[in-house]
Amino acid sequence: MPKNIKLIPLDRRPPAPPAADRSQVDLSVNLAGMEMKNPIVVASGTFGFGHEYGEFYDLSELGGICAKGLTLHRREGNPGPRIAETPMGILNSVGLQNPGVDYFIEHELPFLRQYDVKVIANISGNTPEEYGVMCEKLSAAGVDMIEVNISCPNVKAGGLAYGTRPELAAEVTEVAKGHAGSTPVMVKLSPNVTDITEIAKAVEGAGADALSLINTLRGMRIDVNTRRPILKMNTGGLSGPAVLPVAVRMVWEVANAVKVPILGMGGVAKGADAAQMLLAGATAVAVGTACFDDPYAPVKVRDALAQLAADQGLARVSELTGGVRPW
Amino acid sequence: MPIQQICTVVEKTWLSHDAVYMVLEAGDMVRQTFRGPGQFVHIKCGSSRLLRRPISVSACMEDSPEDLLSLVFESRGEGTEWLANRAVGDKLDVLGLLGNGFDVDWEGRYLLVGGGIGVPPLRGCAQCAQESDAILGFRSADKTLLIDEFRAECGSVQIATDDGSLGYHGFVDALVRKTLEQDRDYTAVLACGPKPMLKNVAKVAKEFGVPCQVSLEERMACGVGACLGCATPMADGTMKHVCKDGPVFRAEEVDWNA
Repeated sequence: MPKNIKLIPLDRRPPAPPAADRSQVDLSVNLAGMEMKNPIVVASGTFGFGHEYGEFYDLSELGGICAKGLTLHRREGNPGPRIAETPMGILNSVGLQNPGVDYFIEHELPFLRQYDVKVIANISGNTPEEYGVMCEKLSAAGVDMIEVNISCPNVKAGGLAYGTRPELAAEVTEVAKGHAGSTPVMVKLSPNVTDITEIAKAVEGAGADALSLINTLRGMRIDVNTRRPILKMNTGGLSGPAVLPVAVRMVWEVANAVKVPILGMGGVAKGADAAQMLLAGATAVAVGTACFDDPYAPVKVRDALAQLAADQGLARVSELTGGVRPW
Repeated sequence: MPIQQICTVVEKTWLSHDAVYMVLEAGDMVRQTFRGPGQFVHIKCGSSRLLRRPISVSACMEDSPEDLLSLVFESRGEGTEWLANRAVGDKLDVLGLLGNGFDVDWEGRYLLVGGGIGVPPLRGCAQCAQESDAILGFRSADKTLLIDEFRAECGSVQIATDDGSLGYHGFVDALVRKTLEQDRDYTAVLACGPKPMLKNVAKVAKEFGVPCQVSLEERMACGVGACLGCATPMADGTMKHVCKDGPVFRAEEVDWNA
């Protein structure tokens, strides 16, 4: 039997080697001509128009803000309950509650313009013409990018129908591009399809400058005592860490199918999650539901991503894009 | 302007089989963010749950070195069960103080009407007004909350139970009616509890011409007004949000038939 077993007490654990200096990493990215100082965007619908989280930190810390989804006219949205928690996720059925595009331009855009951050307006229409009208207004108002939502699972008209049929998705994209002037148009894709690359290719063919994905996955939760769905609309859109692997897979598939840049989103809550999105092929990454858990999540994701890049000896975070090594 | 604060549990007691009384040391949260009694905090309940849980503040005070918050909540599901099992000395990640709170004037005279877990937030109202009377409703005698505290801080306290096991056998709105029939000289009725109760109390207050403020509840995600999850319909057809526009609303603003 051995007689000397040397124990290292827990409080004497040797210190970790010093971390690499993340401040040396170049975080800037270029998303379809839009230069961002870092690749972290906040996802539409999780950040309002910036007022609320702007009370916690300077919005200039972010690369971009996708504003709450707009429609041509004001919408009150769906009846409640609109929120249901699920394992590592949430279901929502807000139903595009918003004050309308004109109100946004007059009252919300000036607030966002105080900050050194790219402003991306998110729009949904009932007809291709409505998308066109909104693009004209927003382009004239000088937003940095327009995100065309063809995939809201929570509204009956338009919404998801445009996002699940390639020819309709292409039509909306073409109209949006035709009315957006020099403002880049990014189309937000639905994951609620059999083959997301079909839609992605159709939208790219119609002139989209960038793609964002994924929107929420349709889901449902039932109260077993009342036998009622928790959500008043019965079903809703699932977001949060639960959807991350689906989102990474879809970003990877789409990145292999198109040439336009991708804003990856879906369940990103940590620096490594954002790195996965970039490796799968995204140029920039949106943080959404994680804000509800921690208001500082987007800033923490940015810093952790920079640290990860520094630890890997990268000079630029953009070097991660498309860097996955598939088997 | 809300803040995020790591709070320490300094007191914890079970008030009934379901309800926990907890006191937190909260840095300078009260000094920075107090707007009125009836605000809430949004507490992270362990790392395996995504959403924080909104918990009404029962009473709070500025203190040195740290402000104090007292909370009373029911263990209703996984999140609140986790919270109920915290012990003195444990740390909690808390956003607060959130929402608007009741509009209470020290010089005013208030009728406080609470139902079940809606009773504790009214304790802050009792402490913020020179004069108040309370009508507190519970399901049964074994589910009462903070009755002694209200007796110490209010002029009069009436109790109602659904099963008649303590005090008046019936709902609080009947006691509100009896009270206002004798004396309607209140600045306002302040009510917190389940929505059907609030609807009835608001109706009685209106009949007697007494202003009424109600604290509403709704399933909530962000707690700060960003996600638009906790929408509640207003009488004018618009939606307001319990977390940011509320949780306290003037009774006449609310669409009671939705």
